[in-house]
Amino acid sequence: MSEAPRSSTPRILVVDDDEALAEMLHIVLGSEGFDARLCHTGGAALDAFRDYRPDLVLLDLMLPGRDGVDVCRDIRAESGVPIVMLTAKSDTIDVVDGLSAGADDYVAKPFKTQELIARIKTRLRRHVTPDADVDSLRIGDLSIRVNEHTVRRGDSEIILTPLEFDLLLALARRPRQAFTREVLLEEVWGYRHASDTRLVNVHVQRLRSKIEKDPERPEIIVTVRGVGYRAGEPKSA
Amino acid sequence: MRGLARFAPFRLWARSLPFRVVLSTLAAAMVILVATGWFLMDQSSRGIMNGKTQTSVAEVSAVVASMQRDLSTTDLRTTSVSERINRLARDAANRGQVGNQYFVVVETPISQIGTAGLAADSIPDRIRQAVGEGGLWSTPTMIRFNDSRPDEPGLVVATTLTAPGQAPYPVFFLFSTAREQQTLAVVQQAALATGLFLLAGLTLTVYLISLQVLRPVRAARLAAESLAAGHLEDRMAVVGTEDLAGLARSMNHMAEELDKKITQLQNLSLVQQRFVSDVSHELRTPLTTIRMAAEVLHAHRAAFDPVSGRSSELLSAELDRFEELLTDLLEISRFDAGAAELALDDIDLVALAGEELDALQRLAEGTGSVMKLDADGRCVAEIDTRRIRRILRNLITNAIEHGEGRPITVYVRGDDRAVAIAVRDHGVGFSAAEAGQVFNRFWRADPSRGRRVGGTGLGLSISLEDARLHGGWLNAWGRPGLGAQFRLTLPRRAGEPLEASPWPVVPPDVREVTSVPLR
Repeated sequence: MSEAPRSSTPRILVVDDDEALAEMLHIVLGSEGFDARLCHTGGAALDAFRDYRPDLVLLDLMLPGRDGVDVCRDIRAESGVPIVMLTAKSDTIDVVDGLSAGADDYVAKPFKTQELIARIKTRLRRHVTPDADVDSLRIGDLSIRVNEHTVRRGDSEIILTPLEFDLLLALARRPRQAFTREVLLEEVWGYRHASDTRLVNVHVQRLRSKIEKDPERPEIIVTVRGVGYRAGEPKSA
Repeated sequence: MRGLARFAPFRLWARSLPFRVVLSTLAAAMVILVATGWFLMDQSSRGIMNGKTQTSVAEVSAVVASMQRDLSTTDLRTTSVSERINRLARDAANRGQVGNQYFVVVETPISQIGTAGLAADSIPDRIRQAVGEGGLWSTPTMIRFNDSRPDEPGLVVATTLTAPGQAPYPVFFLFSTAREQQTLAVVQQAALATGLFLLAGLTLTVYLISLQVLRPVRAARLAAESLAAGHLEDRMAVVGTEDLAGLARSMNHMAEELDKKITQLQNLSLVQQRFVSDVSHELRTPLTTIRMAAEVLHAHRAAFDPVSGRSSELLSAELDRFEELLTDLLEISRFDAGAAELALDDIDLVALAGEELDALQRLAEGTGSVMKLDADGRCVAEIDTRRIRRILRNLITNAIEHGEGRPITVYVRGDDRAVAIAVRDHGVGFSAAEAGQVFNRFWRADPSRGRRVGGTGLGLSISLEDARLHGGWLNAWGRPGLGAQFRLTLPRRAGEPLEASPWPVVPPDVREVTSVPLR
């Protein structure tokens, strides 16, 4: 369910109960060439999302009323739009909860402006295939159409978020190669230095629950003990 | 004393209450038994000997009276006195021999007449002298014989016979007291046996009583040990006599109070820890806003007047410091909460130290310090890379900051059980007294000494906690003008106890300079 940008200016929905920070984010995002809208409560977030149809959501995890994890789940239920969490407690279970609920990435407070912008840009960037002739890839019993951004098992299409699609594509492009979590972090999330490997673990789990026939015994994304993950052998559907 | 303490009885005395009680009782009972035994023997021998003396004296009185009568009525014209005495003595001796009653000796100026075979020294000289003055005397003696008969204990009763016109003749009667001595020996044996039985019985009784008394004490000890082991809910059974039940009640009361206090303290420290953690987190949101605002201002500083421009620079720089401080505070609060955990891996410390030196190369170039790695081969240990890296970065940064542009050496050494990394600089150094303080939180050296712990003031405290988490040591050595050395020692295998470090605390290159032994 990838959404084509409707205008050249990417839209960002900022959900944060701290009005000062929200306003500051508005200023900074504006000066970086984004269009931003603010929302201060979790309860109003979904309505704001439906109304604004943003290209990316910046979501504070700790919100009064409906909290960030719930909002994340609500949005994920109807859209694959990139969600970047803002969190003050990067070392707690909240982060894993947020990622499990569907957030693509997180930024720990206090962050530098450049760091945030880099995260946003990475998530907004669409992976354009450098070699256009490789349009179709197979991984397990799935077929990937790179330009279409679609994944099919037989005739039925599997709906993935852009991030999940990127993750699957990264593995499918180099079958038989084992990827360490650090390499995946760099290729999919754009982290130059080794960062939080929980990102990879949580998203592999989410991806498996969508594409594997039996997520307990994965065949498409195989765990390589002591290394990371690799693509399963291609099979006919 | 220490030598004595090694002997088993001394150890037992010091450690076993029953042993002590039994031994004390035994000693006291022995004294009492010996005293009473001696008194008993004394009394009974005195009584028996007195009785014997009395009967002997009565016998002698009767015999001597009849002899005296005989002698007085002797017709001295028909027989001589000596003849008469002779006969009397023989008669008495013969009479005495009937029933083995006594032996008789009559001394005349020229001879001794009496029972045959009796040795002269059976009669003590004292009584011989005493009887010369008249009267009736008695004394114990040892009766000896000239023939093969064995000596036997006896009693001498001495008196005199008076013949008309003659000097008095001393007469000695020797009574054997062998039978009485035998009786006494039997009594003595009986007393001894009774004493021994009494001692054995007493020892056993006292031992059993002490065990009985000790049982609640042991129960209390076990309860206390279980408390110490953390089982604060354990209680003693309140049974037995008033004293014992009281002990159990007191123990239980103490356990309850302890439990309450500890729970209280735990809650308090939990609240405290959560407060520090919450404060650190709550500060983050406004800090994010401030930081972004500062960055916007910083980006536009060229458009400001010089005062505003410089102010925005200061704002940005201090925000970095503020953020570091916040991060360090959060880290410290994690240590205080006991929430810090090790993520262990087998890592080559030489490579790790090399990487950190490379990373800080530019900082060192800024001050002019030349940095060198001194290692002999690989040095692998089980460590938490992030924490050890943090320690190294901290120590090397400190060395660069205070090294005054002089060379800095990082030594890596290892032995079978431990590995050591030492960071040595030749900068301003610090005094021996300050070496213990550098790890204190927010500690700053006296500015006149020139050394300042860089960064947030928490760096070395965190390093020390990181080292401790590994079960390792972090030691500081410094002398004004001679520089400083920080030495990190870690066990090869995490959790194994450290006994020695492969690298000395005092840098080997200053050993000769400091002749005074270091505290």
